[in-house]
Amino acid sequence: MSILEYSATELKKKLEAKELTSVEVVTAYLNQIKEYDGEIRAFSFVNEEEALNQAAEVDSRRKRGEKVGLLAGIPVAVKEVLATEGQKTTCSSKMLENFVSPYNATVVQKIKDEDGILLGRTNMDEFAMGSSTENSAFGATSNPWNTDYVPGGSSGGAAACVAADMAPLSLGTDTGGSIRQPAGLCGIVGLKPTYGRVSRYGLVAFASSLDQVGPMTRTVADSALLLQAIAGHDRLDSTSANVEVPDYLNDLEKPLAGLRLGVVTEHFGEGLDEEVRQAVNDSIEVYRSLGATISEVSLPHNKYGIAAYYLIAPSEASSNLARYDGVHYGYRADEREIWQELTEERHRLVADGDERSATSPLVKMYCKTRSEGFGAEVKRRIMLGTYALSAGYYDAYYLKALKVRRLIQKDYLEAFKEVDLLIGPVTPTPAFKTGEKTGDPLSMYLGDLFTVCTNLAGVAAISIPCGFSKDGLPIGLQLQSPQFHEQQLLRVAHMYQTQTDWHIKRAPLAS
Amino acid sequence: MKLKMTDSTEQKNGSLPYEMIIGLEVHVQLKTETKLFCRCSTKFGAEPNTQTCPVCIGMPGALPVMNRRAYDLAIKTALALDIGIPHFTKWDRKNYYYPDLPRGYQISQFDLPLSEGGKLEISDPKGGFKTKNVGITRAHLEDDAGKSLHDEASGKADTRIDLNRTGTPLLEIVSEPDMSSPQEAKGYLTELKLLLTYLEVSDCNMQEGSLRVDANVNLKIQNGNETVYTPIVEVKNMNSFRAVERAVAYEAKRQYTVWQETGLVKGQLPKQTRGWDDSAQITRAQREKEDASDYRYFPEPDLCPAVITEEEIASYRATLPELPGAIRKRLQGDFDLNPYDADVIVNQGQGGVDYYEELAKECGDGKQASNWFQQDVLRKLNESETTFAEFSLQPSRLAGLLLAVQKKEVDTTRAKDVFGVMYEKNLTAQEGMKELGIEQVDTSALSDLCKMLLEKNPQVVEDVKSGKKQAVGALIGQAKKANPNVNPGEVRKVCLDLIEQG
Ligand SMILES: [Zn+2]
Repeated sequence: MSILEYSATELKKKLEAKELTSVEVVTAYLNQIKEYDGEIRAFSFVNEEEALNQAAEVDSRRKRGEKVGLLAGIPVAVKEVLATEGQKTTCSSKMLENFVSPYNATVVQKIKDEDGILLGRTNMDEFAMGSSTENSAFGATSNPWNTDYVPGGSSGGAAACVAADMAPLSLGTDTGGSIRQPAGLCGIVGLKPTYGRVSRYGLVAFASSLDQVGPMTRTVADSALLLQAIAGHDRLDSTSANVEVPDYLNDLEKPLAGLRLGVVTEHFGEGLDEEVRQAVNDSIEVYRSLGATISEVSLPHNKYGIAAYYLIAPSEASSNLARYDGVHYGYRADEREIWQELTEERHRLVADGDERSATSPLVKMYCKTRSEGFGAEVKRRIMLGTYALSAGYYDAYYLKALKVRRLIQKDYLEAFKEVDLLIGPVTPTPAFKTGEKTGDPLSMYLGDLFTVCTNLAGVAAISIPCGFSKDGLPIGLQLQSPQFHEQQLLRVAHMYQTQTDWHIKRAPLAS
Repeated sequence: MKLKMTDSTEQKNGSLPYEMIIGLEVHVQLKTETKLFCRCSTKFGAEPNTQTCPVCIGMPGALPVMNRRAYDLAIKTALALDIGIPHFTKWDRKNYYYPDLPRGYQISQFDLPLSEGGKLEISDPKGGFKTKNVGITRAHLEDDAGKSLHDEASGKADTRIDLNRTGTPLLEIVSEPDMSSPQEAKGYLTELKLLLTYLEVSDCNMQEGSLRVDANVNLKIQNGNETVYTPIVEVKNMNSFRAVERAVAYEAKRQYTVWQETGLVKGQLPKQTRGWDDSAQITRAQREKEDASDYRYFPEPDLCPAVITEEEIASYRATLPELPGAIRKRLQGDFDLNPYDADVIVNQGQGGVDYYEELAKECGDGKQASNWFQQDVLRKLNESETTFAEFSLQPSRLAGLLLAVQKKEVDTTRAKDVFGVMYEKNLTAQEGMKELGIEQVDTSALSDLCKMLLEKNPQVVEDVKSGKKQAVGALIGQAKKANPNVNPGEVRKVCLDLIEQG
């Protein structure tokens, strides 16, 4: 078996048994990246030299018999949106093209503390806004199963690098499905933890009340391993929960007696692709055969999820992204051009006898910087959010959306009185072709139908591979749990992987 | 009609053609070691941009964490101002673009502030205005912006930004428009500052920006049978209480003139902002913002709302010290002081009150203690530019001197000298008197001295006998020359007795 075929959990055993060295593992992954990432473009930066140095250092510590961390010697890919000291933290935006973070996100620090190897940074939709990774300022990422298709987004690079065996572990972020949807479209495992389970410190904010960091891996066991490393309270993030972190790895194999799964009626309505419906139904049968009770439950406000999400998330984003104004760091429009445009404007106004309405240099700098620094989707959402928060519209849009959010939260609480977990599709369809939806943002937004409510409710969910379309594209299964029930979520998902081999299938890469 | 100029006489006589309506917004910097949402120092005067971190300069991904001490100080202040503390409060983002606001929003409190509806009693023992309660609309916590330094000297009109102040905790205290004269406005500020000083929640240093005041001013004018109100103007840039007093007075006159000229009343003009120009002693219109500001407030998702229980409020209340208003009343009751004296003592701060109280208790005469405190202690304190904490002459020692005066061991004039030597050489009253050679003169020695003086001054004896008792005064100086320790009163008494006995 080649190094790349091992899951992270298996790698961990081999490294501990000294059957492999971290340098060997890192080298194998670096070679795979060199060979295939030219086509996939999952990475925006490969940390080659430092990764090898770090691997050698961990190897020598292990050799000396010193204590090493949970992820010792295992490479981890990090999404561009997570601040990493001394590395460019671009958020795949022109705005931060040259921004080097002076500090580490808590999750990045935890990876380092557990001796994980920082392999590189993965491409994403600009500021995590998008569902296809086509919104990256530095070029789109392709789906390893078929490079004509998108890998999903916004954690498209994070998903594609795992699917293409270019990283065994990968960190993504999920605001409305950004871990689960690309995991589903790329045939890997993606876990969105409960809001507050993982620190957001250093996760460059898109929508603060929805954002969460989570693992993207080949197997459920690998996700358990990575979650173990990053979960927990952080005094630097007031919204991180002070809830004890259980041992996710230990209980994984325990069978679940009396498991009650709820099939969400609203997830099987119109617009659900037939192949996806079939694959999800087959998975439900797998659980039934394992002794689970299956019942139908309703999330009646699910249908308002997209509308509420696309008001709340952009509103928060419009404020979170205000700091990119060209003053303190990041991109600033060319000063000569600013002055030139101001001069031209003044000539025009003088001619019209309207000098008083001249733009101030400061306002001009703000406008030009933000117009040039942000891509179209980011601007669209900033405008949406600014509008929704404006005086006179606040009650009708933002406040109404918050009320809907409360109702959605209540739906989940009610549903979880009846069942342990919810089961259903991750996305209405398998991956779509690159360019297919770029001209139609609304249809792109509607693809988030089954994922956004998880974030609005703050609960946990996992996406696991459960089949393929006849075109050979992966299909994902979603399981959702109450808050802080990741342990159960992982056990139930792992149970499925002991019965099926979808997660073993590898993408057919063309070298 | 020509504008009549305001002066205090007119005010007292109520002959002004209008009534002023004044509300004050005070920003106080809370006395914390570190900033509101990060661990950077709040120390004033450091090199620009040396007290910053990813959180306070709004680096991508950095998150705020509430400073517990700032929260505690804010709650304490609210309780002292008699403000209701709601059980649920949250933080909001106030969005606007400015170079000294690196995050693009200020974290403040919008619809559920820390506290709403309180009051502060203000009074003037000199009688400048009647004692009244000024309503407190609300108090809320927020973080400060940085400082823009406009460097026009360089010729390039560059603006430089210092972010040391960014994130400093501020408590904004908004009053009701309950003040109706510049004196009341100053009275309110003085009392508020005193209260904050007693609470030890702020340094209240206007020069360092730890206390900032904006005033909202307009006029109520009786125009025949109709009452009209002038448009509200917000006055900024006042850097002392005196400036507030003057700016408000100026603004009232200005508004009256404008009303006379234009007839414009409230509602016909948007709220205007004017800046106080201290050197010209006038207010000037400030550039209007390009569009009506819409701060797009919404709940700050990075901070959890704060929930506070009745029990917690009670335990905060238990930490409150005795407040100035209560101390004034107690001093008047316990030591029989008049309001003016009590006010002077309370204005010295907690250290001064403690000093006075110990002095008054130990010497047993509140009035005497008050006189010595105000004349001698305060003068020495001013001369030596020290605080009560550093003042070397302890109240118990001074009480010893006051008791000696009461027992007539030393007369008041000599006692002032003793005070001086006690202070200089760190002595007790007895040591001080000894240092100056002050001893009790025994009765026979005094009698002998008086006899001798009467013999030498037959004219005085004659004058007294003919009814001019004051003639004896001429002997007192001679007695003191002969023995500086004699008590003038006693010399007088003994001499008169001797003459009477013949
Ligand atoms: Zn700081």
